[in-house]
Amino acid sequence: MTIRTLKEYLDADVLCGEEELDREVHSAFGCDMMSDVLAYAKDQAVLLTGLINPQVVRTAEMMDMACIVFVRSKRPNEAILTLAEGAGIVVLATNLRMYESCGRLFMNGLQG
Amino acid sequence: MPEPLVFHFDVDGNDFTSAGTASVTVKKNLRQLGLPSEVIKKLSIAMYEGEINMVIHADGGTADVIVGESYIDIILADHGPGIPNVELAMQEGYSTATAQIHSLGFGAGMGLPNMKRYSDEMTIDTRLNEGTTVKMRIYL
Repeated sequence: MTIRTLKEYLDADVLCGEEELDREVHSAFGCDMMSDVLAYAKDQAVLLTGLINPQVVRTAEMMDMACIVFVRSKRPNEAILTLAEGAGIVVLATNLRMYESCGRLFMNGLQG
Repeated sequence: MPEPLVFHFDVDGNDFTSAGTASVTVKKNLRQLGLPSEVIKKLSIAMYEGEINMVIHADGGTADVIVGESYIDIILADHGPGIPNVELAMQEGYSTATAQIHSLGFGAGMGLPNMKRYSDEMTIDTRLNEGTTVKMRIYL
């Protein structure tokens, strides 16, 4: 699915990377521990997390991810968004919790 | 033989916000060199884990990346407390990280095992109360 479609499933706001919304993504990883993202993620293009700090962006960048979704109404600050913009990563934010966010995406075909 | 390309960084141990910047810079530089993306990904994950470790466990240190013709070496050196039991530290899930580090999203006990997984060779030279030097090699 495209990041634009994913955003609609999650009723999410786009915080940066508007121009990349038509990029295709095929799998996602949901986690608050960046250690585990580094250890267990493979080629997932989307990271769903409720953790807010610059290392979320750096971790996603290391893993060549295309999109970060902040769940549970978490909103990153400007410094974090600037990092994401520099890395070419789309940032979305949803009021949904982790479980429902992952559930909606999985049911609509986004693999783990 | 041409001179190897060396990137050197001082890793600040007092500022968690900046932890990972050296690895991000290396990743960008290696992309510009046109290295294979799989090599860049392995190397940058291994280095990033090590860099985070230096910040959360050892009050920072230095990071050197040496790009040779057939391999890339990453040398991470700190003057931290040392690792009392390397065998234990290499076990997945074993961590001495504090709750504060967990709240930052790290300290799951996957750092060293992950560094080994993503590098082709890894050695750890550690002395209690003196520091630790981790060398990782990734073949091109």
